[in-house]
Amino acid sequence: MSDGLPERARSGDRRALARLLTEVENRTTDGEQALRALYPQAGRAHLVGVTGAPGAGKSTLVAALVSEVRAAGRTVAVIAIDPSSPITGGAILGDRVRMQVHAGDSDVFIRSMASRGHSGGLAASTVAAAAVLDASGFGLIFIETVGTGQSEVEVASIADTTLVVQAPDMGDEVQAIKAGLLEVADIVVVNKSDRPGADRAASQLRAMLTVGAQHDRTAGDRPRPKRPQVMLASSITGAGVPELLDALDRRDAARRATADQGHSDAAALKRAEAQLAGILAQRVSAGLRAPGRSAAREATLRRVAAHELDPFSAADELLELLRDG
Amino acid sequence: MSDPAASGRPIKVLIAKPGLDGHDRGAKVLARGLRDEGFEVIYTGLRQTPEMVVSAALQEDVDVVGLSILSGAHMTLLPKICAGLREQGMDDVLVTAGGIIPDDDIPALEQAGVSRVFGPGTTIREVGEFIRANVARR
Repeated sequence: MSDGLPERARSGDRRALARLLTEVENRTTDGEQALRALYPQAGRAHLVGVTGAPGAGKSTLVAALVSEVRAAGRTVAVIAIDPSSPITGGAILGDRVRMQVHAGDSDVFIRSMASRGHSGGLAASTVAAAAVLDASGFGLIFIETVGTGQSEVEVASIADTTLVVQAPDMGDEVQAIKAGLLEVADIVVVNKSDRPGADRAASQLRAMLTVGAQHDRTAGDRPRPKRPQVMLASSITGAGVPELLDALDRRDAARRATADQGHSDAAALKRAEAQLAGILAQRVSAGLRAPGRSAAREATLRRVAAHELDPFSAADELLELLRDG
Repeated sequence: MSDPAASGRPIKVLIAKPGLDGHDRGAKVLARGLRDEGFEVIYTGLRQTPEMVVSAALQEDVDVVGLSILSGAHMTLLPKICAGLREQGMDDVLVTAGGIIPDDDIPALEQAGVSRVFGPGTTIREVGEFIRANVARR
């Protein structure tokens, strides 16, 4: 790696930032070193996860939000994830198509990432990439997931605020009471509000999501589902977009106020936990693939495959192997 | 910078359509084909200015920029893109072009920094092989 990429990225060198993101995405040693150096400088940005089904309008809504942010003179970054082929490893990263209007603006940094086999709607290095952008001075970072189904909720464990984007015709009230994606939303956006049925969809969602929250007042210490705000927006007409950005900024301000009062930031803790779990898993898996251990690992795998050994005992054996060095 | 071909990490290709023609079927077919060849393809859509192409290439830190152009403006737009990439320190990015480009124009385009012009009838495999063989120089 050319020297000083982290410093250059922090001082506004976009080329250095882009190169650094590649190192981080490829999980190289240089990338890891840079992250160690930059980590203390990160932790300031508002990370906004944007998720929803394919075609719900995530990219277009992000582009509309970015316009609003830029009108206020703020810088903004976008990480847009699209799926990798499980067959060839290739990918089409097409989110920039919806964000073309920002292509020439150097205060908008858009980076596409392929999921590279990671499930859950993100790429394995997404949190790390966000930390690099955060340390490089971007105060607001949108993380757009792959088009999700009902249960790819990982983004909620790494974002400060999670937007779930829905199109008006996404289903009836039963869809709104199903577990999964809607439960992790801080804000549910009924997008394409210029289309017929949007108001009705929003009021149905409001009704069903509030039922759960009211019922929960008696729940004591049991984990409670969030009580999301339901908002309408149209990326085409721009209606509702300023209000949405306001709602995001208010959440960010509340988050900062909590942190200033010395309370722990729940989202930051969750993110730390997710990140650490990922790194530990990577370390264990790399350790077992090390030349000295791969033969033993292979042998254990075969015994599990042949049902001679149960997978729990096998895991214990392999952990033992790692401990012994 | 590590050698992408040797390290086994996916090669990143930007497929862009500079200029004003609206014929993006070829670019989309190529994007899809390169996906099947194992590349990570960033597709940016129609009607890109040279500045937009350069900015996308920079932010995405791509290994290859593939330009599809059928409008006849290649002698103006392609050299601008190559110069823009050089200005941003991306002289190690492989630039290829495709579309409707007369043979007579190719030497000048190569002079400007386009590594290869792929004409009609080129197979996707050829494009993939060319990229794999030449991106390694980076």
